[in-house]
Amino acid sequence: MTTISSVDKKAEELTSQTEEHPDLRLFGLVSFLVADGMTFAGFFAAYLTFKAVNPLLPDAIYELELPLPTLNTILLLVSSATFHRAGKALEAKESEKCQRWLLITAGLGIAFLVSQMFEYFTLPFGLTDNLYASTFYALTGFHGLHVTLGAIMILIVWWQARSPGGRITTENKFPLEAAELYWHFVDGIWVILFIILYLL
Amino acid sequence: MSISVPPNTEQSSKGIQPTGWLRYFSFSLDHKVIGLQYLVCGFIFYLIGGALASAIRIELTSPISDFMPRDVYNQVLTLHGTIMIFLWIVPVVNGAFGNYLIPFYVGARDMAFPRLNAVAFWLIPPAGLMLISSYFINGAAQSGWTAYPPLSITTPAAGQIVWILSVLLLGGSSIFGGINFIATILKLRRPGLKLMQLPMYCWAMLGTSILVVLSTPVLAGTLILLSFDIVAHTGFFNPSLGGNVIVYQHLFWFYSHPAVYIMVLPAFGLVSEILPVHSRKPLFGYATMVYSIMGIVVLGLVVWAHHMFTSGTPPWMRLFFTIATSFIAVPTGIKFFNWVATLWGGRISLNSAILFSCGFIVNFVLGGITGVALAQVPFDVHVHDTYFVVAHFHYIVYGGSVFVIFSSIYHWYPKFTGKMLDEKLGKIHFLLTFIGFNLCFAPQHWLGLNGMPRRVAEYDPQFTFVNQISSVGALLMALSTLPFLWNVFHSAFRGESSGDNPWQALTPEWLTSSPPPVENWVGEPPLVTKPYGYGQSQLSKEIPNSFIEDKK
Ligand code: HEM
Ligand SMILES: [Cu+2]
Repeated sequence: MTTISSVDKKAEELTSQTEEHPDLRLFGLVSFLVADGMTFAGFFAAYLTFKAVNPLLPDAIYELELPLPTLNTILLLVSSATFHRAGKALEAKESEKCQRWLLITAGLGIAFLVSQMFEYFTLPFGLTDNLYASTFYALTGFHGLHVTLGAIMILIVWWQARSPGGRITTENKFPLEAAELYWHFVDGIWVILFIILYLL
Repeated sequence: MSISVPPNTEQSSKGIQPTGWLRYFSFSLDHKVIGLQYLVCGFIFYLIGGALASAIRIELTSPISDFMPRDVYNQVLTLHGTIMIFLWIVPVVNGAFGNYLIPFYVGARDMAFPRLNAVAFWLIPPAGLMLISSYFINGAAQSGWTAYPPLSITTPAAGQIVWILSVLLLGGSSIFGGINFIATILKLRRPGLKLMQLPMYCWAMLGTSILVVLSTPVLAGTLILLSFDIVAHTGFFNPSLGGNVIVYQHLFWFYSHPAVYIMVLPAFGLVSEILPVHSRKPLFGYATMVYSIMGIVVLGLVVWAHHMFTSGTPPWMRLFFTIATSFIAVPTGIKFFNWVATLWGGRISLNSAILFSCGFIVNFVLGGITGVALAQVPFDVHVHDTYFVVAHFHYIVYGGSVFVIFSSIYHWYPKFTGKMLDEKLGKIHFLLTFIGFNLCFAPQHWLGLNGMPRRVAEYDPQFTFVNQISSVGALLMALSTLPFLWNVFHSAFRGESSGDNPWQALTPEWLTSSPPPVENWVGEPPLVTKPYGYGQSQLSKEIPNSFIEDKK
């Protein structure tokens, strides 16, 4: 027999379940990032195979400019560091500082996106020009989508940390930890992407 | 600055859920409800997919295309394959039984992420409806469940795009499910329960979920690229724009070969639960079973290109993939011998559950043998894209997974409902299915060896008679569903009450009432460290007293 009260009891059990295993959600997030990383791995494999077996024009015709993507790489690496500072500040219970670092991180992410837009406009090729162009935009675009989501996530965390009654505290820092992990992941992918796309 | 944490109202609202029968039609977070939702939903799609299969077989009773136009045949074929794989087998062997059983097996009250779990299920009905409705709107996809370009780029776009969206949703659903299973098995185990004491189905689901998490995203990425080719006219897989179709095949099979293990590994796990119970013997060779599952996971990830022997694959690659594929016979063979050894000398009660499991073993061995044959390049070149391949994979997916799904339903129905299924109807169901299945698919080996191509509505008249035999078999299989459906509905209301543990089984889900209470166990979950300890004397120390009394 199912009664409302037994359902309630179950709900309590469930709540205590996640409390007993604080690292459970982080574990779930890591599994998700593994899956997400496999999507990128598939794209990279496709790009490298195309490059190996199909005559790709750009090596001969286009010379990719390095300054902007290098700047982008620096922006993301620095933003990883600033996010790290935000986490440290939270641990030291310096909420204001934490918020400031979060905002700076989000700003760096947005700067990356602006700079990438700028790069797109200056490139001599468009999405459908040829196979090389298509894979280039697919890879950088898919990554840009991740940066966009990450920036939004950081802003949400910042908003939560800011709001009075604070949803982000030293006891409840999962949102911040999750966003940080995701952000480091996105940065790591960019480094691989930078090497494969621009340097190889 | 000190901040007080407000009460988390969101989480306590979990409690307000409909009760009784109504909860099966609601957005429930209970793993048992979600499991049965998966099962019923999957079965409805199975009936639809089966109707489409019957249409295909009717068309093929005559060598000319008279029952439906050719492009409709292609749509029906594509829908059939897609529905059977993505909406029936994968969700049921994973989602349905996984959700129902895994929390019991690890001694938890629910899955690790109950809400994610519900979301994963509720992605399925809309995706399926969308897929099927595309047939009525602008014509469904026509390029088969593999959606190979350039065909999938050149056939009408609308249906193909709907197909891609639907498969993406289903892929998302299975990734969410996979993450949930991994977290539940590794992190939610009851203290004191070691990994090597888990029931075998947990191991199978762990292996399967690893495959899901590693390979499904690659399919998703590939389909996104394919949709760009269709919508934005990029040329990733379009040779006329400088693209490369072979890359699509590599990426596609990097998912779809593991997908066959996503369909059969959970089935292996389920059989390993069912055989010991009904033969009253411990599962033979537990540790080797575990290692062979992990071996299959690793090998399953590296053999995908055996689907591409005729795609201009260079010789070194053919050699590598032939050898790697042939190696899978080793862990699979180990499992086969372990099942037989489990049965050997056991006190077998020949009920419907074990009949379907034994049917599985027989069919799967036949499918496995033709699989090893297909891994040999010269043979594959001869029968590629013929009915031999169709016969082979139906022996695996139907003779393997579907037989196990039925076996599992007979085995766990008393758990789900507290009622027994009718054994006589069950045996009629088994006989019709087994005879129909072999009548339908065994002759297709002959058709393929003699050169009848797959995926065509018209064929050389010399194949007419054998095709008609095959269609009669399909008819029997369609008929076999009737006693089953009657049995399931009738028993739910009029069935004999089963008691809590009609099979006297030792796995944890049976150590609670049938159907189980919402919190799975009243009080502490029992610690079952020997789920297969039949006939072993140390048993009494491991199993709670209430259960021993129950057994007398
Ligand atoms: C109910 C009994 C079934 C019958 C009579 C049946 C019959 C058929 C037939 C005649 C074809 C066409 C083969 C071709 O022209 O290439 C086919 C294809 C296929 N079937 Fe079934 N089938 C059945 C069940 C299943 C099940 C349970 C699955 C589960 C995975 C399945 C998966 C497929 C797939 C993947 C294809 C290939 C579709 C394609 O090439 O795009 N079938 N089936
Ligand atoms: Cu394969």
